[in-house]
Amino acid sequence: MDLNFTPEEDAFRAEVRSFLKDNLSEELATKVRNGEELGKADIESWHATLQSRNWLAATWPVEYGGPGWNAVQRHIFDEECCLANAPRIVPFGLGMLGPVLIKFGTEKQKADILPRILDGSDWWCQGYSEPGAGSDLASLKTRAIREGDDYIINGQKTWTTLGQYADKIFCLVRTSTEGKRQEGISFVLVDIKTPGIEVRPIKLIEGGYEVNEVFFSDVRVPVSNLVGVENEGWTIAKFLLTHERTGIAGVGASTQALHELKALARKLKRRGKPLIEDPLFAARIAEAEIDLEALRMTNLRVLVDASGGAASNTIASMLKIKGTVIRQNLDDLARRALGPAAAPFPMEALAGNLAVAPPEAAASAASYFNNRKLSIFGGSNEIQRNIIAKDIFGA
Amino acid sequence: MNFNQTDDRRMISDSLRRYLADQYPVEHRIKIAYDAPFHDAKKWGELAELGILGALVSEDQGGFGGEGFDIAIVFEEFGRTLCPEPMLGNLMGLRLYAAFGQSDKVDAIIAGTARTALAVFEAEAFTDTSEIATSATQSGENWTLSGRKSLVYGGHAADTLLVAARTPAGKIGLFEIEAKAADIHSYAMIDGGGAAEVGLDNVSAKCLSGDAGETIEAALDAGRLALCAEAVGAMDVLKEMTKDYLMQRQQFGRPIATFQALQHRLVDLSIEIEQARSITIHAAGAVDTPGRALAVAKAKNLIGRAGKLVAEEAVQMHGGIGMTWEYAGSHYAKRLTMIDAQLGDKEDQLRRVMELMSA
Repeated sequence: MDLNFTPEEDAFRAEVRSFLKDNLSEELATKVRNGEELGKADIESWHATLQSRNWLAATWPVEYGGPGWNAVQRHIFDEECCLANAPRIVPFGLGMLGPVLIKFGTEKQKADILPRILDGSDWWCQGYSEPGAGSDLASLKTRAIREGDDYIINGQKTWTTLGQYADKIFCLVRTSTEGKRQEGISFVLVDIKTPGIEVRPIKLIEGGYEVNEVFFSDVRVPVSNLVGVENEGWTIAKFLLTHERTGIAGVGASTQALHELKALARKLKRRGKPLIEDPLFAARIAEAEIDLEALRMTNLRVLVDASGGAASNTIASMLKIKGTVIRQNLDDLARRALGPAAAPFPMEALAGNLAVAPPEAAASAASYFNNRKLSIFGGSNEIQRNIIAKDIFGA
Repeated sequence: MNFNQTDDRRMISDSLRRYLADQYPVEHRIKIAYDAPFHDAKKWGELAELGILGALVSEDQGGFGGEGFDIAIVFEEFGRTLCPEPMLGNLMGLRLYAAFGQSDKVDAIIAGTARTALAVFEAEAFTDTSEIATSATQSGENWTLSGRKSLVYGGHAADTLLVAARTPAGKIGLFEIEAKAADIHSYAMIDGGGAAEVGLDNVSAKCLSGDAGETIEAALDAGRLALCAEAVGAMDVLKEMTKDYLMQRQQFGRPIATFQALQHRLVDLSIEIEQARSITIHAAGAVDTPGRALAVAKAKNLIGRAGKLVAEEAVQMHGGIGMTWEYAGSHYAKRLTMIDAQLGDKEDQLRRVMELMSA
């Protein structure tokens, strides 16, 4: 047992920290800290900054333009980015499609697509869920029928995150209705500007636009856009579910959220004293800190074991459940710290320079509501429990 | 960073696991843990031979371990079998003897030829040393103690007691007495094993330190870490028993393990147990650092919450059988519940975390 990072890892952390200090603008960090909605330009410029150092595609091997980091290095990088209030890297091209192509793509697909993900030429989004296929993803119905060298796609995808900015979408589509449901699914790449595609925004609970519906009607896509083997797309979907889930605990983001919560509780006065001196509230913060401390150690145990390989499904699912619940609790505490002052819409609070809440806390309620998604997306926490139960009971 | 045990530690934990599985099968444990002398007295020498006691103090203090991870591996194995031997009191006493340079005593305890226990708590001083009323009086070179000590874990089976008492200077001193010089009332605990209430009426004592508050607190933290590790061992076993029961028990024509409501509850226990294991590792790594008190308080708080959840859920999922004395699981559930109350419960620990957090 040795719970210390190696000198090399400490040096790496210092390197990341100093890069962030020199390259993350105060303006962008403040936006992230205040929970303001980031525009496409904000995200693209941050991606470009990271790419200038070759740090954008954290999970890619060196030969494809990644930094070749191991799991511990990726963890350190993520933690430092969170603590510095750097924007989150949009994962669809970098964390999802990239690794899929590296594993399943043809040489031509890799050569054509990967560099365009890295340099920001293509913004990718994900077409998985459908109105009738959420937790039961294999029941998806969006149909791709072969016609010569093309597929003709009809159907609907939903919950497509940041689809409004996207140039391309990778989709799971049904190419066969024979046999088991999982055996008729294919993984297809689609240019979102293809005639017949319509992207409609969905307004979320807190009032923000982050997800979309994507409609396909007679959309013609060349068969060469198929990734892997026709009707074997489920293998790719499963690969993505288990790939690089060690970051799934969100330890860095929750650590930053806890820092912010404590700072807020020191700043806010209640009955003449800092909120953090209210024993009821302080107890809740302390309990959240304890849970996060345990999660940090669970995450490190997994990372060190998985350095190189992938975490087991079970442990990744545990990290997802516990990590999301802890994050949601921290968001809940930040919202409750403000009490009624959490009510003004964030942009109005910021624009009006309202006295009632400090700017960094203006989005507390919005973040709380928005982050209820955490236990729903990426396989709901109930689906994660099913995955773990399968492992425990072997059925 | 490395989460593997060293070969030495793995050897100790493997041999201890084999020994305890062999010598303390659960029926035997249930038989001995609740009736005087509340443990199997003739086994102590064998445990000492296995090196268990030597593992609890460092090399320069006469042992060959002493780190948090050494304490954790021993007590995790104790937890797996609910071993009722008075190891907690000896751990804390041994570390105090070592801290105050009592090498003869350290050697004797490591060899298994002497046993000790720590007498700190009183009816109105349950969790820390601040309200201790037992008084130490000095006349010339001689000290005497008067007062009443409660919840002396291992006090029923000790040759000497280390007693925390208030000195004329108002400090908390640490004193050694012969157990037979005190009025010892031994009793069984509801979760097995023994403890004692100790009456002190002008008992002649040897002063090990006139200002031992901090050192006693460190020994108590070592004890708290031990309880955390013990709980992790017990939780692992109780979870496995519950899983086996769910898979075996048939209702409505199928194993109840096929019901999602029960599956998810067992999953939630598994997650909390991993968290409990993690926070115990964190505390074990911090025992000899300035972060000790915070790390241990965090661990004991989480263990208290997780232990209660595992205990209550295990009993519930077992149904009636989990309520019976005959079924081993009920004894694990009791131990997990009562561990929280020992050496300061989850609320006490949370209070410590809050104090240390704002400091």
